[in-house]
Amino acid sequence: MTDARQVLTARPDVTYEVTNTGVGVVERPLSLYQRLANHGGLRKVLVLVVLALIWEVYARWLANDLLFPTFSATIVAFWDAFVTGELIKATWYSMKILFQGYAAGLILAGLLTAFASATRIGADLLEVLTAMFNPLPSIALLPLAMIWFGLGNAGIVFVLIHAVLWSVALNTHAGFRGVSPTWRMVGQNYGLSSFGYVTRILIPGAFPSILTGLKIGWAFAWRTLIAAELVFGANSGGGGLGWFIFQSKNSLEIPSVFAGLLTVILLGLIVENFIFLTAEKMTIRRWGMQT
Amino acid sequence: MNSGASPLLAVKDVTLQYRTHDHLVTATYRVSFDIHRSDRYVILGPSGCGKSTLLKAVGGFIRPVEGEIRLNGAAITKPGPDRVLVFQEFDQLLPWKTVKQNIAFALTASGKMSGREADERALHYIAKVGLTKFADNHPHTLSGGMKQRVAIARGMAMEPAILLMDEPFAALDALTRAKMQEELLQLWDDTKFTVLFVTHSISEAIRIGNRILLLTPHPGQVRGEINSSGNDDVGADGKPFSERIQHLLFEQQVAERSMTHD
Repeated sequence: MTDARQVLTARPDVTYEVTNTGVGVVERPLSLYQRLANHGGLRKVLVLVVLALIWEVYARWLANDLLFPTFSATIVAFWDAFVTGELIKATWYSMKILFQGYAAGLILAGLLTAFASATRIGADLLEVLTAMFNPLPSIALLPLAMIWFGLGNAGIVFVLIHAVLWSVALNTHAGFRGVSPTWRMVGQNYGLSSFGYVTRILIPGAFPSILTGLKIGWAFAWRTLIAAELVFGANSGGGGLGWFIFQSKNSLEIPSVFAGLLTVILLGLIVENFIFLTAEKMTIRRWGMQT
Repeated sequence: MNSGASPLLAVKDVTLQYRTHDHLVTATYRVSFDIHRSDRYVILGPSGCGKSTLLKAVGGFIRPVEGEIRLNGAAITKPGPDRVLVFQEFDQLLPWKTVKQNIAFALTASGKMSGREADERALHYIAKVGLTKFADNHPHTLSGGMKQRVAIARGMAMEPAILLMDEPFAALDALTRAKMQEELLQLWDDTKFTVLFVTHSISEAIRIGNRILLLTPHPGQVRGEINSSGNDDVGADGKPFSERIQHLLFEQQVAERSMTHD
């Protein structure tokens, strides 16, 4: 102890009165400009405007409507096709097929995942199948689909199912396996039936992964559909967006080609940024499972 | 007072084993103890003494390889809502449900009650742990201590025969932890529920328990079973209670270690 006394410096105890006077700002709202600058959507709109400007200027400088139409010409073509109803009809046509393929893919993915979760051989089957087919671009199956199903919509639905099935099944299965052991024990502790266990513990617990699977599946299906339509072309009921683009190219209406591409982009953005984002905000973000 | 009555929970010669990737590990070896109604029974031991495994066996999640566990005379074979577990992990609350829904879910899932009744009981127990203002919050907006309070409220709302607590305060900071211990004792004063509490903290065991089971590690075996007054009193030998427990738990290890060093 004598050592300690020599090494340590002796000081008296001190206490202070704490008040909030003279601190300055404890909390104050940000200015309008600061709040606007913090708005991610607004900043991205600004980027879009700048890109459109660059496009317009470059196209005018190039002055070749067959190679690269101006932004304004594209908008005009978009508006014309929109007003005549041609674009809406093509979009509706594409969407109908897409939903058929997407829904069928989801149902099959659900069945496959259920089988994989219930039995070990099912899990092995799912893993082998996804390992084999996930890297295979759906569009590569198109020649085969044409031979099997002819030139109808069935062929497109077939490749769409392939585009959706594997990513959804893989992500859902991984999600189920990643459900925390604590939640599993909680579910068992309160005596849930096996159906209740799946619907009330496993599915919500795996929801971040399931949603990721749905998003990837959607993106694959959307790209595959447009590509398939370019090849399949029209049949009895009319043509989709891919066909609209293909036709416009054949008649050298390049601004309409761009308008078709713009529509594809817009629809993709709407689904990803409104539908999926809203789903995310209402579920996993609200639950704090994703920040 | 209870010594003549039959115990609520009887653990008899229980040996528990579990498999890791390449080992078969014996977690506890022939552990026996009895818990009576309204006991605050604490299992105390260092890490590796199999105390959590033992608790999960009482919960019905693990089957003993030897011996048996009986609740009110009936052998435990599977998990059930008459033995509710409160875990150490903060993620024991389901993040997709609000505080109220988490508790109501437990009540409806077990078929104890339905809809409105479950909501009312949930709110009653939320009030008991002082979280009425947060009833409609999702768990991720709560602090660690609040989450544990909800888990305790959920366990108590089930009004199980025995509440099983697996180091529920171990992941909390020291100040919150002391407060939670105090609150748990107040809740016990209210309803005198039976609780089996696992901890590795000697001071927590003394504070919470009225009876403490001491386990030694690798594998867990009973070293003793002692009464606690709730305070770290100085005993007849002039040593504090905690020091006596420390001695009982570690003296053997110290002796072994000093022998190997010679």
